Amino acid sequence: MSKLKYSPLPFRTALKKDLKKNYFAYLLILPVIVWYFIFCYGPMWGITIAFKDFKPLLGFAESQWVGFKHFVDFITGPYFLRTVRNTFMLNIWGLAFGFTSPILLALLLNEVKSIKFKKIVQTITYMPHFISLIVICGLLHIFTQSGGILTQLVSFVTGTEHASLLGYSQYFRPIYTFSDIWQNVGWNSIIYLSAMSSIDPGLYEAAEIDGAGRLRKMWHITLPQIRPTIIILFIFAMGGMMASGHEKIILLYNSLTYETADVIASYVYRRGLQEASYSFATAVGLFSSVINFLLLWITNSISRKFSDISVF
Amino acid sequence: MKAKEMTKKHTSTIGKRKPANIIFNLFNYSILSFLTILCLYPLLHVLFASVSDPTELIAHRGLLLKPLGFTLSGYQLVFKDNSILIGFRNTLVYVGLGTLLNMMFTIMGAFTLSRKDLLLKKPIMLFITITMFFSGGLIPWFLLMKDIGLYNNIWAMVLPTALNTWNMIILRTGLQSLPYDLEEAAIIDGASQAKILTRVILPLSKPVLAVIFLYYVVGNWNSWFNAMVLLKDRSLYPLQLLLKEILVMNDTSMSSVGSAGGVSINSVQGATAYRELVKYCVTVIVTAPILCVYPFLQKYFVKGVMVGSIKG
Repeated sequence: MSKLKYSPLPFRTALKKDLKKNYFAYLLILPVIVWYFIFCYGPMWGITIAFKDFKPLLGFAESQWVGFKHFVDFITGPYFLRTVRNTFMLNIWGLAFGFTSPILLALLLNEVKSIKFKKIVQTITYMPHFISLIVICGLLHIFTQSGGILTQLVSFVTGTEHASLLGYSQYFRPIYTFSDIWQNVGWNSIIYLSAMSSIDPGLYEAAEIDGAGRLRKMWHITLPQIRPTIIILFIFAMGGMMASGHEKIILLYNSLTYETADVIASYVYRRGLQEASYSFATAVGLFSSVINFLLLWITNSISRKFSDISVF
Repeated sequence: MKAKEMTKKHTSTIGKRKPANIIFNLFNYSILSFLTILCLYPLLHVLFASVSDPTELIAHRGLLLKPLGFTLSGYQLVFKDNSILIGFRNTLVYVGLGTLLNMMFTIMGAFTLSRKDLLLKKPIMLFITITMFFSGGLIPWFLLMKDIGLYNNIWAMVLPTALNTWNMIILRTGLQSLPYDLEEAAIIDGASQAKILTRVILPLSKPVLAVIFLYYVVGNWNSWFNAMVLLKDRSLYPLQLLLKEILVMNDTSMSSVGSAGGVSINSVQGATAYRELVKYCVTVIVTAPILCVYPFLQKYFVKGVMVGSIKG
């Protein structure tokens, strides 16, 4: 906008000239803007039903205003603690294992000398990323059914026979988190590897002259050099916390595992789309979006203060 | 090129034959090999199982390192099933039409946003960026789709996903990096903006176009959630949604298994075994097209991450 200040023409005239000159570009983006307006901004308008008692027969406008009733119902309801706790726990698992593993993989791959070996590892570990969620969860169902290969493994390790693992609430978080790592560890390491490839080799040479071994170089050079990338991805991970993975949860959970598996997003889906409590589910969804944005904003501010890195 | 030289330099200094180095390499290569096998094994397991003898398969315990016997009867059953064939056709239509719309919208948006001299570029960019941080949530989105008639028809499968902001930014970054001289030369030759787009910019940006094209194809092929929420008639279901019923909900209604011609199954156990076999076969059928072409296109996929990360 600062450009406008120095423009010798008044804004209106400048705009007219600009529209005339670039009419083709504006014409092209018009459908795109309309698309965003309908499919992204349209639902935002619909958030108002969180404060109403929406009846499909009455429509958006005619339904009664009820203020914060649905929010109060959710917070004082029996599933508030469970869904909030599960959402945070799954994300803590995700940050502890899912976020760190691609960094580790990239560190290891970065030390591989044989180009051929590196290529093979990369090609194969990237592959699961392209498999559909349905197939991933289908495989999990097959491998964890009673007699499935993972069930056999768990039975062997714990020494007790197990039925289908997806029926035990204590196994839900590991299954969810580690299958996610299986699917995405390779793919997510790409961005770190690309950050590593632009590290100045002089740094390594200098460290070698000082007698640093490979682990030391990893710790004192590679990791600090990719720190900005790690921080930015961490901020995004925090921002995506509440929203993450309801599709996968819907495919993996069942009433036996709600105790650990039912998160805010899956609760919204169940109440809203399966039980048609539209207003209530919208309120729950809005609650989680607000928390989500707060988390993103807080992480971003902390990061900006201590490391000068921020996404906005 | 520069990055390649650097990694060469870096790796050349780590190949020295010190005991510590050898131990490090041993660990590193073993961990990476183990991970690679871990990523590959489940896929091989499914492939082997899909051609195994179903009764042997169901009795089998432990790892599956080669097919147990050999039969294609599972595939025969699948390809004789009418609903699967219809699902396959639906998926092809959704992927074809969907990707066409995706490319049109993305090019239109990215072209305009890559122009240098648009007065309204910043407000438009802001308008788009806001949607990356805020959304109306699942329920208002669903109600709106129903309201505007995007329910239980083919448009419900392609219009709500017609654009992906992330891909549009990747393409815009790609277009911005094109040398301006060529465009300037075209302007001097009297080419219109439309000509510049179709004759200069698009042919020059084929590699980036390939990247987002592939992302869209994979995304459309693997998509299922919108189909689950927005489609009611089974005759409109894409393959992934049928797969969900077979694999995740363990729905055995696809039990043309009992009656399909060519293979006669006359016991209850036999039918159960064939049901298991069919699960593996449909998994292979849905996953194979993407995994077969993926190794050849890997560099394009990886490139997308790189281009995206510049902006991210």
